[in-house]
Amino acid sequence: MTLVVDVRHRLGAFSLDVSFESEGRLTALFGRSGSGKTSIVNLVAGLMRPDEGRIAVDGTVLVDTGRGIAVPRHRRRIGYVFQEGRLFPHLSVRRNLLYGRWFSTVREKRIAVDQVVELLGLGHLLARGPAALSGGEKQRVAIGRALLSDPRLLLMDEPLASLDEQRKAEILPYIERLRDEMGIPVLYVSHAIAEVARLASTVVLLAEGRVLAVGAPADVLSGSEIVPIVGPGEVGAVLDARVAALDVSFGLTSLETRAGPLTVPRVAAGIGSAVRVFIRASDVMLARQRPEGISALNVLPARVVALAEESRTVVDVALDCGGQRLLARITRRSAMAMQLAPGTPLFAIIKSVALEDGGRPQRG
Amino acid sequence: MLGLTEEELTAVRLSLRVALWATAASLPFGMLAALVLARGRFWGKSILNGIVHLPLILPPVVTGYVLLLLFGRKGPIGAFLAEQFDIVFAFRWTGAVLACAVMGFPLMVRAMRLSIEAVDQRLEQAAGTLGAHPIWVFLTVTLPLSIPGIIAGMVLCFAKAMGEFGATITFVSNIPGETQTLPSAIYTFTQVPGGDAGALRLTVISVVVSMGALLLSELMARQAERRLAAA
Repeated sequence: MTLVVDVRHRLGAFSLDVSFESEGRLTALFGRSGSGKTSIVNLVAGLMRPDEGRIAVDGTVLVDTGRGIAVPRHRRRIGYVFQEGRLFPHLSVRRNLLYGRWFSTVREKRIAVDQVVELLGLGHLLARGPAALSGGEKQRVAIGRALLSDPRLLLMDEPLASLDEQRKAEILPYIERLRDEMGIPVLYVSHAIAEVARLASTVVLLAEGRVLAVGAPADVLSGSEIVPIVGPGEVGAVLDARVAALDVSFGLTSLETRAGPLTVPRVAAGIGSAVRVFIRASDVMLARQRPEGISALNVLPARVVALAEESRTVVDVALDCGGQRLLARITRRSAMAMQLAPGTPLFAIIKSVALEDGGRPQRG
Repeated sequence: MLGLTEEELTAVRLSLRVALWATAASLPFGMLAALVLARGRFWGKSILNGIVHLPLILPPVVTGYVLLLLFGRKGPIGAFLAEQFDIVFAFRWTGAVLACAVMGFPLMVRAMRLSIEAVDQRLEQAAGTLGAHPIWVFLTVTLPLSIPGIIAGMVLCFAKAMGEFGATITFVSNIPGETQTLPSAIYTFTQVPGGDAGALRLTVISVVVSMGALLLSELMARQAERRLAAA
């Protein structure tokens, strides 16, 4: 699947001028609120028409202002999962799910109702009305409804934003399964870095209506462009890893990464499967000698690549761990005391507990 | 029944028939007007709104007279309809239906417009992304969600039609058995000596029918709302 977006649009004082292409299975639009993420999704869905530009999915042109093409939204076959669900209050869950099915012109349904009901765990909800659902259940029904309209692309606009942490954790595995099993490409809007690190195969970084970077999560989310977007406390590095061993008695998982072995808590993935871990810079400690008798399970040999003074107190240290980029945030006083400079060899210490939410299954 | 005379019964029956037809005839146009006014964005919308509301603020006699000018036997529309389709309004019960429909129209549109405006447009957008053509969006989302207001609009129109007097009597006169509706009959009774008893009986019926319609609409609207809330 190829998604081509190349549009310019003015909305009052805000101007959107973006151009990107993605072939990823899950393309994440990542940026702060007001960066134009939702506008892009609305343009793709046909809820807004761009002043100028072109949008195409898999060679099918949806909008091309130059050629006067603007496919109406009901003929685009773009599924849209809204932030607030938008279930039809007068229809049961079953009829909400089947709504798009009535209008689908595709004879051979690629997606079976039973498959979606099973995938999203909706079996016991079918007879209920939307008012009787929890926030997480509503979002799952909204995802199912969009899937069953047989879309060529699924848009998800911060589907987890209105949910608490527990509900988010409940839905994320469903989104991963849908990404891996349904064969429908997803355009996913989020401003949560851990979510994007975990889900995305391609990240489009946005700020003030412009594209700052496009690429693999490991590159984009660890790059310096990210700092003004996520704020200084949230920067970090994305590590691609493979599950090497499971330690059931302690509830731990050993991962293989380019940086070396990494022990993390309870990853819900089998041995050999690929996962992605996001390590926040503030969760990384540095030591000149290999520490002994320490509680942290992960001690990785590293080399300083660069130092960036973020303020009078804080320094971000870019590290190279066997070819893997890592970021550590330490005080300026520590950096001076340790006499850090580019090339200094040292050890990066990462508490396994800090990775509690970092490593989740990710295939391919 | 209630000791009504044949003449009085005829007036009641005629009034019910006229009011039902007037409501039914207004319904499609009323819904269209409500939808256009609620959702449309076009030049001249306030003019259309004004025209729809005109019968509400004009003296009913004026409305009746305009109808007479337009739909009378010699009126431009009346003559055309009579020639081409053999439809005659002047001094017929159908004319009473037309007068009542026109007078009830603004009340109907108002109630429907408010309820359509109250439907969350984001739901309509969602239906669109699921492949529903705008007509289907209206039929499967907007319409079911605005049912309480549509019922209210129909009842208001019906009640107005039951009580319409000025425009009807101006347009189609007061012919017993043809155009003498309940209010016209009451008026006639008050104009003749010894008519008080008849006027009172018809007044009671008038009150009962209007109250009944109002209660029924309350009930239906509440049921529809409960269904929505439970959903």
